[in-house]
Amino acid sequence: MPTQSCSLCRIALDKVSVVRGGQTLLQDVSMHIHCGQLTVLIGQNGAGKTTLIRALLGELPHGGSIRHVDEHGRAVPRLRTGYVPQHLDFDKEMPVTVEDFMASAFSRRPVWTGVSRRTREKVLAALTEVNAAELLKRPLGRCSGGELQRVLLALAISPAPDLLVLDEPVSGVDQNGLKMFLDTVVRLKEQHHMAILLVSHDLNLVRQYADHVALLDKSVLVQGPPDRVFASPEFQQIFAVGASNLVSARHHGVERWSPRVSADNQEGGDA
Amino acid sequence: MELLYSLMDTLLPLEALSFTFMKNAFLAILLLTPLLGLLGTMAVNQQMAFFSDALGHSALTGIGLGIVLGVSSDLLAMLVFGVVWALLICRIKQTGAASTDTVISVFSSTSVAAGLLILSRGGSFAKYSTLLVGDVLAVTPSDLLYLLIALIAGVLLWAAMYNHLLLGSVNPSLARTRGVRTRLVECLFVVLVAVAVMLAIKWVGVMLINALLILPAAAGRNLARSSRSHAAWSVGIALVCGVAGLLSAYAWDTSAGSAIVLYAAACYFLSLAARRFVK
Repeated sequence: MPTQSCSLCRIALDKVSVVRGGQTLLQDVSMHIHCGQLTVLIGQNGAGKTTLIRALLGELPHGGSIRHVDEHGRAVPRLRTGYVPQHLDFDKEMPVTVEDFMASAFSRRPVWTGVSRRTREKVLAALTEVNAAELLKRPLGRCSGGELQRVLLALAISPAPDLLVLDEPVSGVDQNGLKMFLDTVVRLKEQHHMAILLVSHDLNLVRQYADHVALLDKSVLVQGPPDRVFASPEFQQIFAVGASNLVSARHHGVERWSPRVSADNQEGGDA
Repeated sequence: MELLYSLMDTLLPLEALSFTFMKNAFLAILLLTPLLGLLGTMAVNQQMAFFSDALGHSALTGIGLGIVLGVSSDLLAMLVFGVVWALLICRIKQTGAASTDTVISVFSSTSVAAGLLILSRGGSFAKYSTLLVGDVLAVTPSDLLYLLIALIAGVLLWAAMYNHLLLGSVNPSLARTRGVRTRLVECLFVVLVAVAVMLAIKWVGVMLINALLILPAAAGRNLARSSRSHAAWSVGIALVCGVAGLLSAYAWDTSAGSAIVLYAAACYFLSLAARRFVK
């Protein structure tokens, strides 16, 4: 995968708004997601984090603009997005291996006729990138939460996207798996210089890994380096009572990440 | 056709297959079961068994409406109604307005009742009772031709859409970031299932069509680890049960559809027992 070099290329959100069913879910969200940086989106449930991601993925109609801008400030027409969803809603008994799943994205040959050697090598290379080569022949439903997450990451980065979106992948994965995942993400960021947006509930990890933090509550209340955001009065106000709850909420969620547990409507409404 | 018949006489010198109607039925089974077996794999994985069941029932309404509207061909009436009906359910499912199985149940009961109401008018339902159990022995060479075309077209379409359907079934948003038009693919799939079901229903019957779609795939699921082995098991079981059912029905002088389904059910229970050794 080519390593692009850019100092200031970015995904620029300008006054992004989302209104659904008469309800304002996002209002005038303006922020930059820079290449080579891990930008973390924080905020309470219902703050609009998932809505913002869906707008970024082009799934929700929105006001304002989302532009991909290169280092000279010129608009790049194409924005290739890699996406690691928060959960997978598939039948765990489904006889589909990790190889089948990834090959179905890489190749036009229907995977029920088998996987060609070339495609298999491609899948294996992508899995190796996230230290998951041993999962190749594992049925998808037999992977743990952390393993699935790595498979999804392998898929999201092949081919290398301009913007990598990680939707709350931390929930329900054990501490080791989580650290491994984020270390991989940081390595990818440095190697491929991609822009990464992570939604996280784990404030300790945010502090440790984020280059840039944006606190969302329908719009961006405050953004900047983690320490500055964490010291801001807006952050204190929102998380003063909730901080300990949020950290402990993660510990409640550490039982294995179950693909059938649906949590995507937590943003309230139809977000 | 004659060439094919004589070839069958040479290759399969069975008493049961010495009759032309049995030869036709045999060929029909060979054409029908692989497509249903293939489509069944995804129907089972996406938990659509109830949907396809209801789809089969809607054939009654299709024929009923065809009579009311004066459509001469039962098959055409069934096909059109089945496709419209499938798209309607698909649409409701995608808007997520209500629980899917409730919606399907409502549609299913409505269509069965409407179909029976029309077909039983004037006490003439007996005429349509073969529709309930099917009659594979009534297949004619021209039926075989359209089954062949359906098989080829169905498998080609299936090959073209499968990967996209699989990605979408794991996570629609993820699939869309990879350029999959998830709603379109989903609708194409239900239409394909609807067409396959309607084509098969005259031979297998409303009561049993869903078993033929679901049972081989459900049994295959217990034995397979990958997409490829699932497809292979499902098609293999469908073919074997189809042929075995047809020959047994001849020997026992009973309905072929029910014999086929019973074989498939036996395969399913065997696969349940074998599952722990395979997985």
